[in-house]
Amino acid sequence: MNATWSRFNITSIVLGFAFLYLPIVLLVVFSFNESKLVTVWGGFSTKWYVSLFHNQGLMDATWVTARVAVISATVATVLGTLAALTLTRYTRFKGRTLFSGMVFAPLVMPEVITGLSLLLLFVAVGLDRGFLTVTLAHITLTMCFVAVVVQSRLITFDRSLEEAAMDLGAPPVKTFFQITLPVIMPAIVSGWMLAFTLSLDDLVIASFTSGPGATTLPMKIYSQVRLGVTPEINAACTILIAVVAVGVIIASLANKRREVQRQRDEQAAQRG
Amino acid sequence: MSNAAVTAAASSRATAAGKSALARLGEAFVGRLVILIPYLWLVFFFLIPFVIVFKISLSQTAIAIPPYTPVLGFGDGLAGFFAQLNELSIDNYTWLTQDALYVNAYVTSVIVAAISTVLTLLVGYPIAYGMARAPAMLRPTLLMLVILPFWTSFLIRVYAWIGILKPEGLLNQLLLATGVISQPLIILNTYTAIFIGIVYSYLPFMVLPLYSSLEKMDYSLIEAAKDLGCPPTSAFWKITFPLSLPGVIAGCLLVFIPAVGEFVIPDLLGGSQTLMIGKTLWNEFFANRDWPVSSAVAVILLLLLIVPIMLFQRAQARAQEQDR
Repeated sequence: MNATWSRFNITSIVLGFAFLYLPIVLLVVFSFNESKLVTVWGGFSTKWYVSLFHNQGLMDATWVTARVAVISATVATVLGTLAALTLTRYTRFKGRTLFSGMVFAPLVMPEVITGLSLLLLFVAVGLDRGFLTVTLAHITLTMCFVAVVVQSRLITFDRSLEEAAMDLGAPPVKTFFQITLPVIMPAIVSGWMLAFTLSLDDLVIASFTSGPGATTLPMKIYSQVRLGVTPEINAACTILIAVVAVGVIIASLANKRREVQRQRDEQAAQRG
Repeated sequence: MSNAAVTAAASSRATAAGKSALARLGEAFVGRLVILIPYLWLVFFFLIPFVIVFKISLSQTAIAIPPYTPVLGFGDGLAGFFAQLNELSIDNYTWLTQDALYVNAYVTSVIVAAISTVLTLLVGYPIAYGMARAPAMLRPTLLMLVILPFWTSFLIRVYAWIGILKPEGLLNQLLLATGVISQPLIILNTYTAIFIGIVYSYLPFMVLPLYSSLEKMDYSLIEAAKDLGCPPTSAFWKITFPLSLPGVIAGCLLVFIPAVGEFVIPDLLGGSQTLMIGKTLWNEFFANRDWPVSSAVAVILLLLLIVPIMLFQRAQARAQEQDR
């Protein structure tokens, strides 16, 4: 295959990745800019990070966002895993087409539609807009992403493992928790991470469904960006990028180790 | 399946048959719950909201909060329900079709999304192709590098482009310093900026499905074509491209559908001069506080997208069947 990896292929990959990463790198670099002008380099400084930590509004918003993200990602992971099980294991039941439609549609649905419709639901049932409504909205959106991630793992799952367990007398629920769950755990973990970051990032749906006292970080960043680009926002963005990057790297390393372990276990099981 | 697995499967079925009726009832109950919980959640938080949007799009604007007159409650029994039915109006829809602003916003959004989708495909295809032909050892890393930006905030990635595209921004500084241009280019707050923003933000959505269909491709086909005297370009159009078509379709739908209703990119990069429906809906709701009209805008947007969404779902279902 090496021979066919031509210069053209390498060039397009390098250019593509430069396009993907250059804006983010520039954003990070200019967060350390001494000058208030975001695009003129005035020397190295960390003062924007210091001023960031004294910005009470931003700190409050960060706290709200973190809580919403943790709660919604956790609930969404449970619901999304159930949805993935439904999609892969129960291939015939009434309303299956509707169900798979409801799982896949939110993935591409423009956020303004989802946001508006959820808000109108909350108003219709008389739920005050705030922390709870943002969390419910994020659960609904992110559970579909979790479902897709977990489902792709379940499709390739070797069901003879489950059958063997049940053959040895384990009831289905116990089989699920002792056999299926550990095997699909990496997918569930990446599903949780995806749900967490999606919730952390969401501006549009949060703006529709949030109320006073539940301003999230993206809403705060957005309102400041509209007033003008400042190095302080660059600093806030850099911290967010760092948190997500570290999380993704840790998760993927853990995933890789687990994957290696799993393959070793499966080989051992087949040999023995 | 191996022989042992077949035997295991057969005997597990035998065990299941021998199980007590009560145990089977319990299992059936758990199975029901697995389906019912996510099902009901999605019906309540995804399906019913659309019904409400549709209902409110047919009601009149009122000063009170929530700013619409309640329509279609069952409070007064069936007679009341039918009385209310007469009060429904399609005024909001006639208003939308008569106002050139809305019609323009829909048409522009579809055109902008279509052009951006083609641009994303043109940028994404060489990347995906290069990745698929990379040494197998490198591929997981390359894949990770494509996915990584997707994990960083959408808002941040769009925001990063403001500093680059502004008249006194980094791109103009570079071009002026190198003498390519003598006047700063006006890119920010134009449709060009929106195209750049969409291509940039949605690129991973295009590259991933393209990569997964290109990776599965058997390259000996190309070699066979070459041996038989087929020039590389025509081999690409006759073999590679048709085989990657499922990836092309999935990628294009993943970009096109959300791009039509995009809000953040046209708002931050397009400025006030550009017109897109997601921004119109947002302003109608947050600035004008006209809930019925914004609901009507949403309903028509949904109708526009229903065919592409169904195509997307069909493509997903088919991909799933193939993986099985």
